[in-house]
Amino acid sequence: MNPKVSTSWVPPEASTVAREVDSLIVFIANASAILFVAVTLVSLYYLWKYRRKSEKPTFTSSISHNSRLEIIWTLIPTVLVIMIFFWGFSSYMDMRVIPANSMQIKITGKKWFWAFDYPNGTNSVNELVVPVGKPIKALISSTDVIHSFYVPAFRIKMDAVPNRYTTISFTPTQEGSFDIFCAEYCGTSHSGMIGKVHVKTEAEYRKWLEEAESGGKMAPEEFGAKLYVSKACATCHSIDGSANTGPTWKGIFGKKHKMADGSEVLVDENYIRQSILEPNAKVVAGYQPVMPTYQGLLKDKQIDALIEFIKTLK
Amino acid sequence: MAALQQADVAGTVKTTSSEVSRNYLNSPKGIWSWIYTLDHKRIALLYLFTVMTFFLVGGIYALVLRFELWFHGAGLQAEVMKRGLVGPDTYNQLFTLHGAIMVFLFIVPSIPAIIGNFVLPLMLGAKDLAFPKLNLASYYVYLFGAIFCVYSLLSGGVDTGWTFYTPYSVETKGSVISMTLGAFILGFSSIFTGINFIVTIHKMRAPGMTWFNMPLFVWGMYATSLIQVMATPVLGITLLLLIFERAFGIGVFDPALGGDPVLYQHFFWFYSHPVVYVMILPAMAIISELIATFSHKKIFGYRPIAFSSVAIALVSFLVWGHHMFTSGQSELTSTIFSFLTFLVGIPSGIKVFNWIATMYRGSLTFQAPMLYTHAFLSLFTIGGLTGIFLGTLSVDIHLHDTYFVVAHFHYVMMGGAVMAFLGGLHYWWPKMWGKMYDEFWAAVSAALIFIGFNVTFFPQFIMGLQGMPRRYYAYLDQYQTMHMLSTFGTWILALGFIVMAIYLIHSLFAGKPAPKNPWYALGLEWTIPSPPPTENFVGNPRMLWGCYDYDRVMMDKDGLVTFNPDFKDEHEHEKIEKQEGKRYETTRSFN
Repeated sequence: MNPKVSTSWVPPEASTVAREVDSLIVFIANASAILFVAVTLVSLYYLWKYRRKSEKPTFTSSISHNSRLEIIWTLIPTVLVIMIFFWGFSSYMDMRVIPANSMQIKITGKKWFWAFDYPNGTNSVNELVVPVGKPIKALISSTDVIHSFYVPAFRIKMDAVPNRYTTISFTPTQEGSFDIFCAEYCGTSHSGMIGKVHVKTEAEYRKWLEEAESGGKMAPEEFGAKLYVSKACATCHSIDGSANTGPTWKGIFGKKHKMADGSEVLVDENYIRQSILEPNAKVVAGYQPVMPTYQGLLKDKQIDALIEFIKTLK
Repeated sequence: MAALQQADVAGTVKTTSSEVSRNYLNSPKGIWSWIYTLDHKRIALLYLFTVMTFFLVGGIYALVLRFELWFHGAGLQAEVMKRGLVGPDTYNQLFTLHGAIMVFLFIVPSIPAIIGNFVLPLMLGAKDLAFPKLNLASYYVYLFGAIFCVYSLLSGGVDTGWTFYTPYSVETKGSVISMTLGAFILGFSSIFTGINFIVTIHKMRAPGMTWFNMPLFVWGMYATSLIQVMATPVLGITLLLLIFERAFGIGVFDPALGGDPVLYQHFFWFYSHPVVYVMILPAMAIISELIATFSHKKIFGYRPIAFSSVAIALVSFLVWGHHMFTSGQSELTSTIFSFLTFLVGIPSGIKVFNWIATMYRGSLTFQAPMLYTHAFLSLFTIGGLTGIFLGTLSVDIHLHDTYFVVAHFHYVMMGGAVMAFLGGLHYWWPKMWGKMYDEFWAAVSAALIFIGFNVTFFPQFIMGLQGMPRRYYAYLDQYQTMHMLSTFGTWILALGFIVMAIYLIHSLFAGKPAPKNPWYALGLEWTIPSPPPTENFVGNPRMLWGCYDYDRVMMDKDGLVTFNPDFKDEHEHEKIEKQEGKRYETTRSFN
């Protein structure tokens, strides 16, 4: 079957295993369709041919079995499914066996974002950037409940389990941006725990690594605005005044706010810094202490940039 | 032969007056006679009302959550989260409660506890189940468990998904303990019914009924009961461990305390995969009856159908790991589970071929039960074939936890189990109530349900292939069309069920009186009046012919029996005539 026909039903085939998985999907779909149509046509023919023509039923045939027919319809499906089993097994092993020259990326699921650690110590949130054509070993874990790292365009998925590492391997084959989903239900913002894989050329990937670290030549508040999205602050904090899982950032700087324990706190640089690194030390009244710590995820320069960004939100 | 017909006509005439005046519905009278009843038929009706109430509740949850998904195509930004009918937390509770209610309170008890309870003793020629008090206890245990579930809906809800995966279920707020305790208690109800059926089938078959001329419904119930008795205790222990984990922090599943959250998944699916067959085997059991009756034809491949039920029941214990291909379990484990999964699919395929072959050279009619049989055949085939995608290792990695899985199990559970349940309900409705439902409206409703079902769930296969994860409160734009189509389908489906509720309830008050045997069937349950007398059979009925012997025996609407003069085995025929006197004596004696 023409692979173009298959891709209209499924996301882009952006990894080496995607093509293999899709050809197997197409094979099973065709075999199933043939079987389903055959079964339906035979049923419909019998329904018409043997419909009762009299008001009362008549005595009918004594046929109760047919060994040859029964052996045939047992053997054919058995052979087919065993074939499919081996095919599925072989493409499964391609995801599971990690090539020796792989680049390792550490993926951590947290309520409710994905954190990525690159070999040079850089990290990113919800935006995974990988070079095209390079085999990647994903070392996956979680800090709270079970999540599942899912990239439809790569046809890969692996659970992120707390207190353990799981692994999966993939090799991106085309440049572009592809969706990342969390596929294991993890609570309120499960459906907000999404991101993008950006597949870039090797050179672009290097350039990105540098910029992600320091913000390049951007002004601090501009870099902060970028981090607000890329580090997934936006999942829980609005900048337009509306309430969400966390309090809005609009107009908070320099004002006093009531905390859950009844005390009042002035929102200044130190408070924001503490809220990022120890989110549950001072929780704003009316909100749950659900924010994970960004300790280790944000560099000082990035925290400074976020503070400058919050100052601009009047 | 002429003599036989005369005797039967006489018997029918004599019993007419007593049929009208005294049956299990009106004798004994009074509310307490229902509350304390030990009659399997009345207990079946108690289950019918209760289980259907929960079906309604679960269905309303489904409508609301699909309605919610109509709105959420605009993106995933924070402001979208605030619009729509309910918030994300409420949405999460809706799909949890929809799943938990439909599984634990509806599908698991539906066919065994309603239809099985009603017809199993009748099919076996027994006066009741082996343990009538245990049967009543199973109903009250069910009710007690249901109270816990209702309490948890009213006291903050549960948002874990019906699978209660740890560690989420340990940390989340809400009434997880009362919900799991409810499911734990419901398990006992299921075990009671299972034990009761196994003993009844072993010990209470009518003289002449061997294992291999039992109705296939009985074989299906037998296989189902085996699973209920063997698997349910594992769920009980698992849920109890979860409750202890939550209440006392014992640390079996909690990684922070050195526990293993994936262990919970093993325990859970060790029960819950076999229980998939607790839902589908009874459905297959019903289809075997319906296809034979409405084809008016000997069932094709009796033994393969009977054995495959038991084979499915046993192999179903060895495939649970196919729910966990992405959980991080070892490659070897996943491979073995994938292989066994394919094996368990084959007996189901064989059954489909047998059912279709049964129609060959039959005398087919198209009343509602037959319409549901064909709805079952086509939807269950799609459900089964899409199971091949999910059993295949590499394809499952892509499709696991997407809408493809949601569509697959709804095709099996709703397209399979619920269609068969509805077929069975219509088939035995005249026997239950002594009233006929309206065939025209039944056909309209069946068509609406069939179309509505496909419009709801077929788009979900496509969404799943495109990568739409399940249990998402909001979704990306590319999935919007399919989501809206799916939501639209639920309205057609709801309309179909409303029509059904109206004509079924109407039939109770204004339906035509049902004859003994409206479908010209041959099972023992059709030899007694509709509705049956309180004691089912008076004396001991005998099995004089196979319940699928449509080639040589004909029983008309009033129970009048004729034999095929052209049937080749003359000796068999004479043997039946010799035994005939005793048999009619028994059915006549309650006048």
